[in-house]
Amino acid sequence: MPFGRFWGSTIGKKVVMAVTGIVLVGYILAHVTANLLIFVGPSAIDGYAASLRTLPVLLWGVRVLLLVSVVLHVVAATQLAVLARAARPTAYQRFVPQASSSASRTMRWGGVALLLFLVYHILHFTTGQAHSDFIHLAPYHNITTAFRVWWVAGIYVVAMVALAMHLYHGTWSMFQTLGIEHERVNAARRRFATIIAVAVPLGFVSVPIAVLLGALR
Amino acid sequence: MTMHLKLRVWRQPGPTAAGRFVAYDAPDLSADMSFLEMLDVVNERLIEQGEAPIAFDHDCREGICGSCGLMINGVAHGPMRGTATCQLHLRSFRDGQEVVIEPWRAKAFPVVRDLVVDRSGLDRIIAAGGYISARTGGVPDANAVLVAKDDADSAMDAAACIGCGACVAACPNASASLFAAAKIAHLGLLPQGQPERAKRVLRMVSQMDMEAFGNCTNIGECQEACPKLISIDVIARMNRDFLRASLLGREERVGSSGEG
Amino acid sequence: MELRARTPAGPLAEKWDRHRFEMKLVNPANKRRYKVLVVGSGLAGASAAASLAELGYQVSCFCFQDSPRRAHSIAAQGGINAAKNYQNDGDSIWRLFYDTIKGGDFRAREANVYRLAQISVDIIDQCVAQGVPFAREYSGYLANRSFGGAQVSRTFYARGQTGQQLLLGAYQALCKEIARGTVLMYPRTEMLDLILIDGRCRGMVTRNLVTGEVAAHVADAVVLATGGYGNVFYLSTNARGSNVTATFRAWKRGAAFGNPCFTQIHPTCIPVSGDYQSKLTLMSESLRNDGRVWVPKRAGDTRPPHEIPEAERDYYLERKYPSFGNLSPRDIASRAAKEACDDGRGVGPGGRGVYLDFADAITRLGRQTIEERYGNLFEMYQRITDEDPYRVPMRIYPAVHYTMGGLWVDYDLMSTIPGLHVLGEANFSDHGANRLGASALMQGLADGYFIIPVTIGDYLATAKLDKVSADHPEVRGALEGVARKTKRLLSIGGSRTVDSFHRELGALMWDKCGMARTAHGLGEALRRIPEIRAEFWENVTVPGSDAELNQALEKANRVADFLEFAELMCRDALHREESCGGHFREEHQTPDGEAKRDDERFAYVAAWEYAGEGAEPVLHREPLVFENVQLAQRSYK
Repeated sequence: MPFGRFWGSTIGKKVVMAVTGIVLVGYILAHVTANLLIFVGPSAIDGYAASLRTLPVLLWGVRVLLLVSVVLHVVAATQLAVLARAARPTAYQRFVPQASSSASRTMRWGGVALLLFLVYHILHFTTGQAHSDFIHLAPYHNITTAFRVWWVAGIYVVAMVALAMHLYHGTWSMFQTLGIEHERVNAARRRFATIIAVAVPLGFVSVPIAVLLGALR
Repeated sequence: MTMHLKLRVWRQPGPTAAGRFVAYDAPDLSADMSFLEMLDVVNERLIEQGEAPIAFDHDCREGICGSCGLMINGVAHGPMRGTATCQLHLRSFRDGQEVVIEPWRAKAFPVVRDLVVDRSGLDRIIAAGGYISARTGGVPDANAVLVAKDDADSAMDAAACIGCGACVAACPNASASLFAAAKIAHLGLLPQGQPERAKRVLRMVSQMDMEAFGNCTNIGECQEACPKLISIDVIARMNRDFLRASLLGREERVGSSGEG
Repeated sequence: MELRARTPAGPLAEKWDRHRFEMKLVNPANKRRYKVLVVGSGLAGASAAASLAELGYQVSCFCFQDSPRRAHSIAAQGGINAAKNYQNDGDSIWRLFYDTIKGGDFRAREANVYRLAQISVDIIDQCVAQGVPFAREYSGYLANRSFGGAQVSRTFYARGQTGQQLLLGAYQALCKEIARGTVLMYPRTEMLDLILIDGRCRGMVTRNLVTGEVAAHVADAVVLATGGYGNVFYLSTNARGSNVTATFRAWKRGAAFGNPCFTQIHPTCIPVSGDYQSKLTLMSESLRNDGRVWVPKRAGDTRPPHEIPEAERDYYLERKYPSFGNLSPRDIASRAAKEACDDGRGVGPGGRGVYLDFADAITRLGRQTIEERYGNLFEMYQRITDEDPYRVPMRIYPAVHYTMGGLWVDYDLMSTIPGLHVLGEANFSDHGANRLGASALMQGLADGYFIIPVTIGDYLATAKLDKVSADHPEVRGALEGVARKTKRLLSIGGSRTVDSFHRELGALMWDKCGMARTAHGLGEALRRIPEIRAEFWENVTVPGSDAELNQALEKANRVADFLEFAELMCRDALHREESCGGHFREEHQTPDGEAKRDDERFAYVAAWEYAGEGAEPVLHREPLVFENVQLAQRSYK
C-alpha cells in the first residue's frame, strides 16, 4: 500500500504515532542514562557532551531523526484529535468515564504541554537563549546553575509528571496500536509501560532535586 | 416497595430540530421494573395527557437485538456492567435519584428523534467486508474443516457483538473500532475467514473512516460499556491485520474482487 | 378458494429431487429482469434475500427495525437441529422427519417435513462456511447437544446465542449483496398492504417509519418472512415489535390463514413479576438437559426450596414421562407446569412458577461445567430476578413463544395468492400443532436458503407477468387505503392508550385461548373481542402526526390488526374439537390428562378465507394424508 493511503487511514496515522513513539522512548532512555552521569562528576558529563561533538554525523543523524519523529507524532496526533472532535459534535451533558485512566484522557493536552516544554528545554540547555548564564558545552555548569532557581527546577518537575503520564499510556498504547497482543504478553505490556513511566521521569527529576537539595553544586 | 425517579430526558422532535432536556417526575415505580418498562410507564402517562411519548429504540428486551441504547447518567447502557439498557433494572438506582437520559452522541449517529439515533453506519461497515463470501450451496461438509476449540471460542467471544453502538457512544472519540474489530476478529480467527482476511480489514477500516467515526486512542471505555464485554484485544488484532495487509498485501486489482 | 398443496408425486424421499427437476428454470440472463420484494430480515427473510440476489434477481428487502441484523430470530438461544448423525447415535433424515411429525402431533404435511429434514444437513454446511462459530469439541469437530422431543443428540449450537450467530451469518450474506447493489435494503419500513393485479400479488405498500412516507413498490413476486403473531397475547417471548400486520393484511387480500390457533407455550420462561411487565424472557430449553423440574408435593407449601426435603418434592416430569423426563416436548412440559400450579403447588410470588433446579447437576458435573454450558443464561436470569441460580433453583413458568399457525402455503411455499410466498414462522407449514425445540431456526433457513430460491423461479418462469405501471388503479387504491386507515387512527382522539387495549386483549387471550381452552371460554372471548375492538376505534388516543417517527402510531396500526386477528384465532380454536399439540381443549383429554386427538374428524389443515368486513371467515380443509407414518397417540412416557 502506498504511504499516502496508509497515512490517510486513522490506523495508519496511529501506527506512525506508535513507531515515532518508539523512537522517542528509545531516545529518552538514552537521554536519562546520560543525565545520570552528572552524579559521577562534572568531568563525566562534560566529557560525554564533548564526545558527542566528535561524531557530527551521528549527532545530526539523531537530531534529524528526532525532529522528523516529533513532527510526525505531533502532526498525526493533531489530525486525529481534530477528527475525533468532529466525530462528536454535540457533547454529552453528563459523561462519567468508567475505565480510562487519567493518563489516557490527558494525552492530548499533556502532549501539547510536553511540546512547549521541549521548546523551552532546547532553548534552555541546547541553544542557551533561555538560560541566564549559559556556557556552550558545559552541561554540568549549565544544569547546576539553572536548577538552583527553585521555579526553574519546578518547571522541570511538573514537566516530568506530564511525561510520566504520557509514557504510562503512550508506551502501553504503542503495543496495542502495533497489534502486539497475546494473552501471554498482555500483562507484560502493562508492566513494561509502568516501569518506563516511573523510571524515566524519576531519573530526570533526580537531577533538579539533587541540585535543590544541595547534593550537586 | 415503590420508587420515585426524577428524569431529565433529551427531547428532539426531529433530525434537524433543536433539542433540549425536559424534566419528568416518575413516581410509583417498582424496583423490579426494567429501565425500559419505566420509560413505558412514563410514556403511558404522557400519552394520556395528549403529549408525544419519548421515542426510544427497543425490540427484543432481552439484551440480544442491540436496538436499545441510552446514555444514562453519563454511562452508556447505565450503571450495570455487561448489561444492555433493556436488562437494566431499577434496583440499580436509588429512590429519588436524578437520572439524565441522553441519546448516543456521534456525528456518525445522527439523532432521528428524542433518544433514537441512526446507526446505519455500522451496517455499512459490515457491508464493506464483514462477511465470508460463501454463496448458498456448494460448500463442503461442516466437519470437513476442523476448528480448534480455543479458536472457535475466541471467535464466539468476538461474534457476541450485538451492534448496539455503545462502544461508539462511550468512546470520547466516537470511534467504532471495537465494533469493526470484533467482526474482523470473529472471521479472522476461523479458517474459513482466511482468504478474504486482508481485503476485509482494509475495506472495513476504510469504511469506518469514511463514516466519520473517530479514531481509537486505546483508552478502553468501549470494552467497559460493551454489554457483551468484548475485549479491546480485538482492536490490537485489527491493527495487526491492518498493518500486515498494508505492508505485505498485494494491491487489489481492479475488477478482480468479484464482490463489488 | 381451492387449496392445492402441489405436493409432488413419488416416494417421500424422492419428492423434492424430482420436483426440483420438474420445475421450470429462469434463464440466468433473465433473472435480473425480475424484481422480488422480501419483507422481513430474520433468518428466513435475510437468507432468502441474499440467496435470491446471488442468483441474479433484483431484490428489495424491508424490515421495521433500524437494521436487518435486529430481526427477532436473533433471540433464539438453544440451537438448530440437523440430521447429520455426527454422534453415531442412530439419527437419520427419517428420524428427524418422524420426530418432527410426531412432535407436531400429526398435523403437518409429510412431504414438507421430510424435505425440511433433508435440507437440515445442508444448512449446517452453509452456516459453517459463512463462519458461524458453532460449539466445537477439543478435536475441532462440531459439538451437539440434546433437545426436547428427541432421544438423539442432533442440535448444533453457538453458546446460548445460536439464533444470533445464524442470523448474523445470513445478515452478513445480505450485507454483501447490499454492497454489490443487488439488494436494496429498506430498514425502518413497514409493509401495510399488498397490491394485487389480475389476481396476482404484484407489489405492496409500505410506510417509512422515520418520515411517514407511504410508498408503493411494484414487483413480480413478494416474499413474506415476517415471523409469528405471539404478541396477540401482549406478553410473550417475542420482541416488542413482532406483529401480525403483514400476514393479516395479506389474509385480508385473499391469502388463506392456516391453523391460527396453533400457538406454542414455552415451558421455561421467567415468571411475570408485575403489571408493568412488557415482555417475558425465555430461558433456553437446553437448560432442561441438566436442570430438574419440581414443585412441592403439598399444596400451599411456602417453605424456601432448600428447606423442602427430597421426599417432599415432586419431580413431576420425571414421574409422569419417565423415558423423556425433563426433556419432554414443550406443550407437554408447559401443561404439566400449569397443572401443578392449578393444584396450588406453584412457587414464588403469585404461585405461578415451578422450580428448575441445578443442584444435582452442579454436584455431578461441577460448577465449572454448568457455567460453561449455561453461564450466560444464568447471568441473564440473575440480572432479571436478582437471584443466583447457582444457589437457589430457578423459577420458571410457561409463556407464549411461537406460533405454528400462519399463512397457508403449498409445497412451493406460495400462498393462495399467486406470487405471494411465505417463509419461516409466518407460514403454517412443517411444525403441525407443536414445534420441537431447535426446529424454528432450521425451518427459517431451509425456506430462505434452499427452497424459495428454487421454487420462486418456477413461478416466475411459468406466470405471465405483464409490466405494471406505478399509477395502476389497484396501486393507487392500496395507497389510499393505507393513508385512510392512518388518518382514522390519528383522528379518534379518545382517552385510552394503545397499550392499555393491547394488554386487555392479551389477558383475555391468555385466559381463554392460552394453554388450555374450552368451548365456553372461547365463546366468551368471541363475544368480548369485538367489544374491545369497538372501544378501541372509539376511544384510543394516538398522539402526533403521520409525517414523523411516531411509535404510538406504529403500535396502533399493529394492535388494530391483533384485535381482528384474535377473533380468527379463537374461531379456529373453537372449531377444532380435539386436543393436539399446543392446542389443548379441556373437553378432549385422556383420563390421565393428555391431549386427545381426533384423527377421524380433524386430520386436516384449517385454512381460513377472509370473506369481507363483518362476514364470518370461510373454513377450507386441506386433508392431511399420512402414507409413511402411523398415526399414534403421542407418548413420551
